[in-house]
Amino acid sequence: MSLADPATLRTRVEETGLLWGLVGLVALLSLLPIGRLIVEGLAPGGQLSATALGKVMASPATWTATWNSLTTAIAGTILATLIGGTVALLATLTDIRARNAFTFCFVLPLMIAPQVTALAWLQLFGPSSTLLKLVGMAPPLGSRNPLYSREGIILLLGLQYAPLVFLTLRAGLRALPKELIEAGLAAGAHPLTVLRTVVLPLMTPPLVAGIALCFVSSLGNFGIPAFLGIPGNFLVLPTLIYQRLAGLGPGVLSEVAILSLLIGVIAMAGILLQDLMLRRRDFRITTTSSAARPFELGRWRRPVEIGLWVFAILVLAMPFLGLLSTSLIPAFGVPLNAKTATLANYAYVLFEHAASKRAFVNSFLMSAGAATLIVLICVPLGYFIVWKKSRALRLLNLAAELPYAMPGVVLAIAAILLFLKPLPVLNVSLYNTVWIIVFAYLARFLVLGLRPVISGYLQIDRTLEEAAQIAGASLPRRLVTIIFPLVAPAAVAGALLVFLTAFNELTVSALLWSSGAETLGVVVFSFEQGGDSTYASALAAVTVIVTIGLMASTSLFAQKLPQGVLPWRD
Amino acid sequence: MARLTIDRAQKRFGSYLALDDVSIAVEDGEFLAVLGPSGCGKTTLLRQIAGFDKLDGGQIRIGDRLVSSAETHIPPEHRKLGIVFQSYALWPHMTVAENVAYGLTVAGVRDPERAKRVAAALDLVGLNGFAERRPGLLSGGQRQRVALARCLVTEPSLVLLDEPLANLDVHLRASMEEEFARFHERTGTTMVYITHDQAEAMALADRIAVMDRGRLLQLATPSLLYREPANVTVAGFIGEGMVLPATILSSPQAGRCKVGVLGVEAIVRCRPDQTVNNQARLCLRARDIGITAAGPGSVPATVERLSYQGGFFRMEARPGANQDMILHLDAAEPSPAQAGEPIHIAITDGWIIPESVSLDKAA
Repeated sequence: MSLADPATLRTRVEETGLLWGLVGLVALLSLLPIGRLIVEGLAPGGQLSATALGKVMASPATWTATWNSLTTAIAGTILATLIGGTVALLATLTDIRARNAFTFCFVLPLMIAPQVTALAWLQLFGPSSTLLKLVGMAPPLGSRNPLYSREGIILLLGLQYAPLVFLTLRAGLRALPKELIEAGLAAGAHPLTVLRTVVLPLMTPPLVAGIALCFVSSLGNFGIPAFLGIPGNFLVLPTLIYQRLAGLGPGVLSEVAILSLLIGVIAMAGILLQDLMLRRRDFRITTTSSAARPFELGRWRRPVEIGLWVFAILVLAMPFLGLLSTSLIPAFGVPLNAKTATLANYAYVLFEHAASKRAFVNSFLMSAGAATLIVLICVPLGYFIVWKKSRALRLLNLAAELPYAMPGVVLAIAAILLFLKPLPVLNVSLYNTVWIIVFAYLARFLVLGLRPVISGYLQIDRTLEEAAQIAGASLPRRLVTIIFPLVAPAAVAGALLVFLTAFNELTVSALLWSSGAETLGVVVFSFEQGGDSTYASALAAVTVIVTIGLMASTSLFAQKLPQGVLPWRD
Repeated sequence: MARLTIDRAQKRFGSYLALDDVSIAVEDGEFLAVLGPSGCGKTTLLRQIAGFDKLDGGQIRIGDRLVSSAETHIPPEHRKLGIVFQSYALWPHMTVAENVAYGLTVAGVRDPERAKRVAAALDLVGLNGFAERRPGLLSGGQRQRVALARCLVTEPSLVLLDEPLANLDVHLRASMEEEFARFHERTGTTMVYITHDQAEAMALADRIAVMDRGRLLQLATPSLLYREPANVTVAGFIGEGMVLPATILSSPQAGRCKVGVLGVEAIVRCRPDQTVNNQARLCLRARDIGITAAGPGSVPATVERLSYQGGFFRMEARPGANQDMILHLDAAEPSPAQAGEPIHIAITDGWIIPESVSLDKAA
């Protein structure tokens, strides 16, 4: 009687087949690239050798770039923590008004491509600043744009990633039970004392997590040091790798593999340090209840609101105005006025320039394709992780975080190593095609789609699936007719995050693009490098508008989403 | 229609034994209630029957078909049974009709046959005007009816009900209880009804299985369960029985014997094979005792507390013979005595709990 009937057998085959298919897919996307990179570091070109390692270690450029990477990443993280932490405390714990609008504006820089941020800030300052000229405050010609420096990179990294600290800290503050604050107040403590002695100590885990995330992101950022550092020959590790590879071709692959492993090791050290800091003390919160009632600011409310909004406008609207004003002038350096204003740059990038037109199609299709595929992978993946509690997939869930936690250049180099030679058996080469970029997007952004889907699953009553099972529906049918419709809002949110991130990215495609497979990020970058700031600005402005439009469109289905899935929704 | 046979079922979660040798045979067409406090294993048992979890030992058969054992596990989708979930588990993205039709669609039934059966099922639960509504727009009672219709439409031979009334208002429960009873009468389907509410179980079930800490304590008709609890736990759980130490003074005659309890003698019910001993336990219900005038057979006691129940008082009294004990009884309005005052109590009926192995095991 231990022999199963055919129907039971079919069910078992379906379920295990799907499970192992997913295990294989996630391993392919996350473990394989990183594994391949490590192999290259140990045995360059397939042979165990330390020549490449020695060469890289002996080069002074390696250590200058490492030093630059460390200083900019650490200082940028400190700046981001100060800004993001202060804003999170004010915006979450106090009774300021228009919280939703403010959150949207403050988180926006995170969703805008770093290279666009860099470009926008460059347009804001410097002797050719169209905006400063408009108000007659431009520095004299010939003076250097102050942003082309270490400090400039630090400033922009800090502004770009302040929302990361803001978001993690805000999530933590929301989970803080109000009783803990009220108990402190009831004991007679001043609100600031409660903040110092109760709130901040309990917020250590989210704060440290935010700081670690911020450090890893700053370390791996390519757009900002590429735009601000390369002109002044101030190189960090990602830009050093880019220059080596762009200048010397795949011949130096072993060397850049070692460089990218070096970034990987530094990133890992940051993550491990976070772990270590959190292990020393017990931060567990024992009760759960509704979020705390906000502190009343009283007569300080208006000044604080004004301060927050002025800051948001300074870091958001001003650079974008700089970008916009540059995109409207016929040639760089020409002042903007009613006579000179033109839309010719937009017409050029949208309808004339071949690579730019292609990039729109490429970026759109690759991002949409990656987002769609990721949703199709994540819905069954989340099912097995959350509901079936599959141990293999829980481990792979951690593995899926790896390509995203690692700086983008690391994954890009890994992808080159994997696909430089044609695929075995199939004998098809992905190198120099759009498919290598699609692969990298899938690997890197899988976890962005997975996180919302998992929190979606956690909110759904599993009996809904069990009811379908009892009705006789097989797993594939349940996935299509019951599970997918139920997690759809979360999955769409995940898809949108993937789409926006991929649509705006440069780090991966800067190393993987080829003629015919350009992305928007790559084209903006090459316009700017070629001195065509007006075209670069026009193209960047279009991507910003698309991004903001898509972000705003989520308000259409926001009520159906688990809280905290979309970073820009309060 | 099918028998359900659960034979020495065992389920572990880590080192915790959630089901410990549970054996229940449900007759074809029977309405069985599984009753117990939360954590007693009744939900675990339901999930075993449905096939959501795998069994660690023993067997479960539906009809003649072995569905669960340590080696065999037929997945839920092939067990051909129906469940009404506590949360109703209606799919919010489908209309009422689509919810009900789902099982038929899966089974390959096509329109017009499918539409006809959906309409009939909705008719049966009194929801024929609601086919195109979304479940989110229905009231709790209506949702429960949709869940019932969804479960019936495929005509399963065995229906499991997981605390189906727990989320309903008190006044709705009574009418839904009636609905379940009528439905069972009409279809003759075998039903297993999980609940922690003994009033519900008593009102509906042919037999009740009382569970505690993963064990089956007693399986009997509601009346037998109330009148003749098999052990101390059941006696205390069902009908708030009081359990008192007693000495049996005479062999049973016509199902009754003489006992010594609280310093007086009383005639109570017992098993015909009850042996004479001085370590028996007597189960008393509130209605088995009453206030009486002082006399030779009465127990002197002091009133501890009175709580008004509407029309009568629930009185708690401490007997003089055993200061550790609290007796509770119903006292008519106006109360014959106030807290702190002395009263006399007469024992008019009771049940000697049969000492058995299961009693020691359960204690």
